[in-house]
Amino acid sequence: MTGRPRSRQADLPPFLAGYGLQPGVADELFAADGSLRAVWRPFIDQLSRLTPDEIAAHFARGDRYLRDAGVFYRQYSAEAQQERDWPLSHIPVILHDAEWEAICDGLAQRADLLERVVADLYGPAQLVRDGHLPADLVAGNPEWHRPLVGVAPASGHFLHFIAFEIGRSPDGTWLVLGDRTQAPSGAGFALENRMATARIFPEPFPRTNIRRLAGFFRAFRDAMDALPGAEGRRTGVLTPGPGNDTYFEHAYIARYLGLPLLEGEDLIVSNGAVQVRTVSGPQPVGVLWRRLDAAYADPLELDEASHIGTPGLVEAIRQSNVNMVNALGSGVLETRAFLAFLPKIAEVLLGAPLKIPNIATWWCGQEAERAHVRDNAATMFIGEALSSGLPFDIGGTGAGARRLQAEDVTEARGRRLVGQEAITLSTTPAWVDDRLVPRPMSVRVFAARTAQGWAFLPGGYARIGHTGDAGALSMQYGGSVADVWIMRDAPVPRETLLDRSSFRREDVGALPSRAADNLYWLGRYVERAEGAIRLLRAYHLRLAEGSGPGDAQMVAIGALLSRVALDVGQPAHLALSPALRAAHVCAGKVRDRFSVDGWAALADLTRHLEDMSGSTLAGDETARALGILLRKITGFNGLVHENMHRTSGWRFLTFGRAIERADNAALVVAAAIGGDAASGLHDLALEYCDSRITHQRRYRVDTTRETLGDLLVLDAYNPRSVLFQITAMRRIAEDLPGARIDGRVSPVLARLMPLETELAVAEPRALSAERLDALRATLADISDRLTAAYLI
Amino acid sequence: MRYSIRLTIGYRYGAPSDHVRNLVRLLPSDQAGRQRVLARRLLVDPAPGERREATDFFGNTMTAMAFHRAIDRVRLKLSATVERQAPADVLDLSPGLRALRGEVADHRSLDARAPHHFMGPSARIDADAGIADFATDVTAGARTVRDAVGALGRALHETMRFDAGATDVHTRPGAAFAQRSGVCQDFSHVMIAGLRSLGIPAGYVSGFLRTLPPPGQPRLEGADAMHAWVMAWCGTETGWVEYDPTNACFVGLDHIAVAYGRDYADVAPVKGMLRSSGVQDSDHAVDVVPL
Repeated sequence: MTGRPRSRQADLPPFLAGYGLQPGVADELFAADGSLRAVWRPFIDQLSRLTPDEIAAHFARGDRYLRDAGVFYRQYSAEAQQERDWPLSHIPVILHDAEWEAICDGLAQRADLLERVVADLYGPAQLVRDGHLPADLVAGNPEWHRPLVGVAPASGHFLHFIAFEIGRSPDGTWLVLGDRTQAPSGAGFALENRMATARIFPEPFPRTNIRRLAGFFRAFRDAMDALPGAEGRRTGVLTPGPGNDTYFEHAYIARYLGLPLLEGEDLIVSNGAVQVRTVSGPQPVGVLWRRLDAAYADPLELDEASHIGTPGLVEAIRQSNVNMVNALGSGVLETRAFLAFLPKIAEVLLGAPLKIPNIATWWCGQEAERAHVRDNAATMFIGEALSSGLPFDIGGTGAGARRLQAEDVTEARGRRLVGQEAITLSTTPAWVDDRLVPRPMSVRVFAARTAQGWAFLPGGYARIGHTGDAGALSMQYGGSVADVWIMRDAPVPRETLLDRSSFRREDVGALPSRAADNLYWLGRYVERAEGAIRLLRAYHLRLAEGSGPGDAQMVAIGALLSRVALDVGQPAHLALSPALRAAHVCAGKVRDRFSVDGWAALADLTRHLEDMSGSTLAGDETARALGILLRKITGFNGLVHENMHRTSGWRFLTFGRAIERADNAALVVAAAIGGDAASGLHDLALEYCDSRITHQRRYRVDTTRETLGDLLVLDAYNPRSVLFQITAMRRIAEDLPGARIDGRVSPVLARLMPLETELAVAEPRALSAERLDALRATLADISDRLTAAYLI
Repeated sequence: MRYSIRLTIGYRYGAPSDHVRNLVRLLPSDQAGRQRVLARRLLVDPAPGERREATDFFGNTMTAMAFHRAIDRVRLKLSATVERQAPADVLDLSPGLRALRGEVADHRSLDARAPHHFMGPSARIDADAGIADFATDVTAGARTVRDAVGALGRALHETMRFDAGATDVHTRPGAAFAQRSGVCQDFSHVMIAGLRSLGIPAGYVSGFLRTLPPPGQPRLEGADAMHAWVMAWCGTETGWVEYDPTNACFVGLDHIAVAYGRDYADVAPVKGMLRSSGVQDSDHAVDVVPL
């Protein structure tokens, strides 16, 4: 670095010593004349009052918040995708409100222009006829979707929620680097970054002067609710699912806005109307905030290979029966090569130049432009014309990728290439080794269409390079992200998502069938894991007490364990991991329905299991580790059952737990009463059902088949007995949709009610292993009936 | 020439399927100067719960239908009367390959038959070096674009073997060409890939052939099922020509068109997505008789 230290101002704190500015690069913290920008002054003063240790402690608070909230992103590497900690750069980017308003004014003009362009491309295509946009760039564009041509959006607009990537050029002015019109991500992350920085810098000043984010989301939600036909129908967030790199954000923003998170298979199209499949039957959908790329949205009319779409969605759109935010096909505006033509198109359509220019771009399909790019290749990024990537993505950092050179710009390849001016982005401070250093940055700005015009999120999502090189901005390559503070000179009034003046109680709507299915299986898997832990612990306790693996009792326990697919020869963490992993997968698919605490408890459970791997010894040590695991799983259950709203979601989760618990108890008791007391399984059954003390107190005799059956199967008041669970299931089934229609009970109740009666009147001595096996078969049938009635 | 066309397609599912939705492109349409549809009817059994006809981007008639109750089979019956107009004897006025590039660039339109749509790649056809080299070789002597179309079509017919068992509906053109065999879909995809590699806009046509040839002429390959061939854009003056690589001929009176698109994905006769179980078996019969 050829920088000169910013020591001109005597009052600068030590952590700014050596903040090396580079010639020809604008900086956010320091003005061109070397003075600290006024808008940063309060923040720098605040930071300078902290010792390095205090600063580290502040940062740790933010990191802890993000970890506890479960914020992560997926990283794609050659081997596999991994979830990584959220790379927050703790120092915010600070901009003055006056500068911000000018940016928003310019971007509002651009948003209107983009709407005009996309309406033309799916309408008369006059821009092509008049030669303002080459036909080749549209017709050859994978994001120009022919089935949508001639289809006017129900809402009257193509664009409702968009983003712009902007950066500051060396002369201090702003440039648009790319448009995000398909399904922009980052607004939810911007919220999370703000939550984190609020914990890092809790002091009231300068926080009171920072513009708040909630009002923007409220305005956006109100705008969606006001779209034509939205009333009385549901608004949902349409996600590609947990495999997507921004799925966390989809779940987060859905929960924040109080909207259901839907996948393509949640939706059906019937008579041209979109419906969501719920446990109460299909319900109409009026608005979809689409986070799914258009190509995947409908396998019938768009990409036929898509497995995550909804057949018929395009037909519903053609019949103007659903509002898409944004319209399918809007992604065409992200095309890199369009940046070469938009400045001229602005003059043609708006009669005025762009208020904020975009990065200079030349399409190599034209002879003169091709020559220009070839002659100036050294100062350009050369990349794919139809890509939606930002200039810095060009050339990639992926292995083997080669930056395109002048000789690549041939006549044959030219129509698929652009050259873009290699501008140097401004730098902003990042905290490295106890001091601030300049790092390149760009900012993503979000805009939502409202009745009053475009509303902008007063803040944003900044990407920070991890070295001085602008090419390192992408998170995938080790860059980080930062909060953006828009500062006013005076305090800003507080606001939240809930508008107090217009309080209304949201109708939560019926639970989508897929979410119900995942909750049901989450309940089952967690209970299955708990059962497995109890059995394994019983085995290891006996080992610790001196039993040998070859003892008859231990062999019997081993045989029982193998019936639930547990191998006593295997380390405990490996034996348990399938059930817990399955629980985690189910939970991940309904993340939007979980409290942060519930999610954290589940993550904690998984972490503890991982800690067990390695050197835990069989016997006492394993038994103790399993005891801890048992308490943690009980903690998760407690959180869910104490705190979860008693709506359909809770019912399916609890039903799943009850049916699994009844099934496991029946299995263990059947094994116990099938053998004699000497087999050791009598004791195990009591231990498994946590009922040893009750047994001692009540019967004052050794266990017999009758006392076991009485306490563990037929006792209506023992929360671990089979009958207790059957009663719990029957009560829940009474509250499920369609439990009774014209006096007739649902298929689920039709099986549960006789079973409950049978157990209520049964005599303990009449219980046999065979009868318990038959009971388990009935439970399996009840599960099938529940699935058929509500979950598919 | 006037034809009576009858087609039946049947599908049977392994188990009753819920929410079956299909998109069907079987009804032929009027094509100015090429064919006139005098009557057309598509019967569906069992009757779908909903059904709508619409025109797609390329001008084809598509029938969208959905079944509101579970079904375990579907039968589609098409009957149509189509008059095929005789193609005019054309003088080859098409430009050379180099000049064609300029004519494409000068064409400022996104209309259904604008050449830009057909430059590729498309869903089922991506660039393939083997096909491109072959296309360059066999068209080296071609003076005009139309010459090149005929030369590539003839060469493919000589090189590739018609084999109904060699490929399936998902075979990529590169794979079909590598094994030098396939059915009309593969011949057409390979030829389109070759034409596009030469810079000639090319698309896919689905349709019918007359079942029995005129007296004294050989029966055409592909007449016992729906057929496919190629269209190529030969410059502003000549416009689109159609070529059948499976039979090595420019398309004549025997070819009745149903749908036009960039490749099979745009014109597939029946598209449908099944949520639960797959298609167990299907049958397909065609009868095209001159009236």
